[in-house]
Amino acid sequence: MELVEAIILSVLAASTPLLIAATGELVTERSGVLNLGVEGMMIVGAACGFGGAWLTGSIFIGALFGIIAGVLMSLIFALMALGLAVNQVATGLALTILGVGLSGLIGAGFVGERLTPAAHLHIPGLTDIPLIGRVLFGEDAFVYFSIALIIGVWWFLYRTRAGLILRACGDNHVSAHALGYPVLRIRTLAVMFGGACAGLAGAYLPLAYTPFFIPGMTAGRGWIALALVVFASWRPGRLVVGAYLFGAVTILQLHAQGWGVGIPSQFMSALPYLATVIVLVLLSRARTGGSTAPAALGTVFVPDR
Amino acid sequence: MRKSLLALAAGLLLAGSVSAASAADKLKVGFIYLGPIGDLGWTYQHELARQALVKEFGDKIETTYLENVPEGPDAERAIEQLVRAGNKLIFTTSFGYMDPTLKVAKKYPNVHFEHATGYKRDKNMSTYSSKWYQGRYIQGLIAAKMSKSGVLGYIGSFPIPEVVSGINATMIAAQSINPNIKVKIIWANTWFDPGKEADAAKALIDQGADVIMQHTDSPAAMQIASERGKLAFGQDSEMIKFGPKTQLTSILDTWAPYYIARVKAELDGTWKSEDTWGGLDSHMFAMAPYTNMPDDVKKIAEDAQAAITAGKLHPFKCPVVGQDGKEIECKGGANLDDGQILGMNFYVKGIDDKLPGK
Repeated sequence: MELVEAIILSVLAASTPLLIAATGELVTERSGVLNLGVEGMMIVGAACGFGGAWLTGSIFIGALFGIIAGVLMSLIFALMALGLAVNQVATGLALTILGVGLSGLIGAGFVGERLTPAAHLHIPGLTDIPLIGRVLFGEDAFVYFSIALIIGVWWFLYRTRAGLILRACGDNHVSAHALGYPVLRIRTLAVMFGGACAGLAGAYLPLAYTPFFIPGMTAGRGWIALALVVFASWRPGRLVVGAYLFGAVTILQLHAQGWGVGIPSQFMSALPYLATVIVLVLLSRARTGGSTAPAALGTVFVPDR
Repeated sequence: MRKSLLALAAGLLLAGSVSAASAADKLKVGFIYLGPIGDLGWTYQHELARQALVKEFGDKIETTYLENVPEGPDAERAIEQLVRAGNKLIFTTSFGYMDPTLKVAKKYPNVHFEHATGYKRDKNMSTYSSKWYQGRYIQGLIAAKMSKSGVLGYIGSFPIPEVVSGINATMIAAQSINPNIKVKIIWANTWFDPGKEADAAKALIDQGADVIMQHTDSPAAMQIASERGKLAFGQDSEMIKFGPKTQLTSILDTWAPYYIARVKAELDGTWKSEDTWGGLDSHMFAMAPYTNMPDDVKKIAEDAQAAITAGKLHPFKCPVVGQDGKEIECKGGANLDDGQILGMNFYVKGIDDKLPGK
């Protein structure tokens, strides 16, 4: 029983950065912008987040630094891809390359330092309940925040007028513009939200997951977040399922190896990705009419004035 | 594909940033690094050795390094860039630079190349590597002594002979202390992913392992072991900072003596192509101080280290028994020969797991 609890705890920790980054990217893409720079924003968020926490001794300030760094990075993207209408794919890739280099520079002074990781919630009585106690009442603040975040995003997208307008920009920017909505301003805000989430997701790594900074420590998680958005067919509910499924397969394959299940480890390492592909195929087959991707995703919009 | 595109672009950026030549009479020595110099592991140790060179030879030499150079064909351009910048001795510090180094070496016969951990040589291209399995043997002794649960946790990178021989050396040593010792092996299938290494360490500990050993590069596993109050061994470099009460020892890559010897040979005009596979006796690696263990365990470790250094103890002393219970052919007389160790693709008896790909 303890093992089950331990596995669930590991899964939640592994899934949280993916969920946070993917939530941000989902909003960005729902506004019609494809920002492939998630990995770059994440790694800069990791460097700045660690730096902030290390200098001030506060995990909260570290997280804040991560968010600010992510937003600043996303503003570079917004300036290029929205302001100057440069190709979004190229700009996003450039942002990742920039981020990887920049984070090494920012983090150079912090390499080899260690932090006390983010504190875990402890409610006497509740946290000690076997099996579910630590899972429900013993996580760090990031885990709870990520769940609140995705619920908030769902509510915003489907239950508010602003969310409807944002989705309209993503589906048909010409109509939205004709109706008088400031498409580029809305998209910039969406890109900034994506940056903030990516920065926070990056900061989660050195603040809670593995409390030190090493260049390249995001190790491709930004790309997985991007894939999760497609996996979720741009829906918040499916995103939660996808993120935890991905985390679960990743952790379970490690445990399966420890138990000595006679399946090649290379195959098991590939399982999370394989699961993504299979679900994508199933989803596309089960789809009943209409496209799920925002119709204007990745297209350049230049308002005529 | 995206990642390799990025790596390509990053390589181009870096290759363009080699600084121009200056004084002509200095020997120019170039380095190609796999990771960033701040990786705290593999590349960091090579960088320390480069700094030792600068200290040793002062203004007789001038060194240049390129970091984050991806393995594979793209490395060729980076190596050639160093040649064009006037470097006469070039160290390429990862296995994956083997073919690119060979290609450039054929093109520039007057430049000398040193390739780490490979097996292809030429008249102007040497190779060098370390017998890390000797260190793993010592770790196995310590692990078996220190483990209360009798279960060791081992995080592997890829099932290549270097890693497999490390696991076998560990287990042969551990069994000499406790015949019933068990090892749980998790392959991360990556050299570097702190998050995944941490997850693997958690999984091993959750399954009952209380001494964690790793053949991946980041200090993440050490930190997890430290959080959970278990014990662990570092990798490549000193990791005690990440587990002051956790690290038992660490195999430290100490390239400096070799690099100094090779640069000296180059300066003296006596450099020639060689195949160096050195162990504790030739200081190709060192053991970090033995910490967090009682004196009797420390003594066992120190005695083993002395015996291996003196050539009196060989981790793969015959008979070596394979997983199937059959003895492995003993090609080296009293022990397995170098070729058998360099190509090791079997587990020894007592490992319950199956070697991937077998």
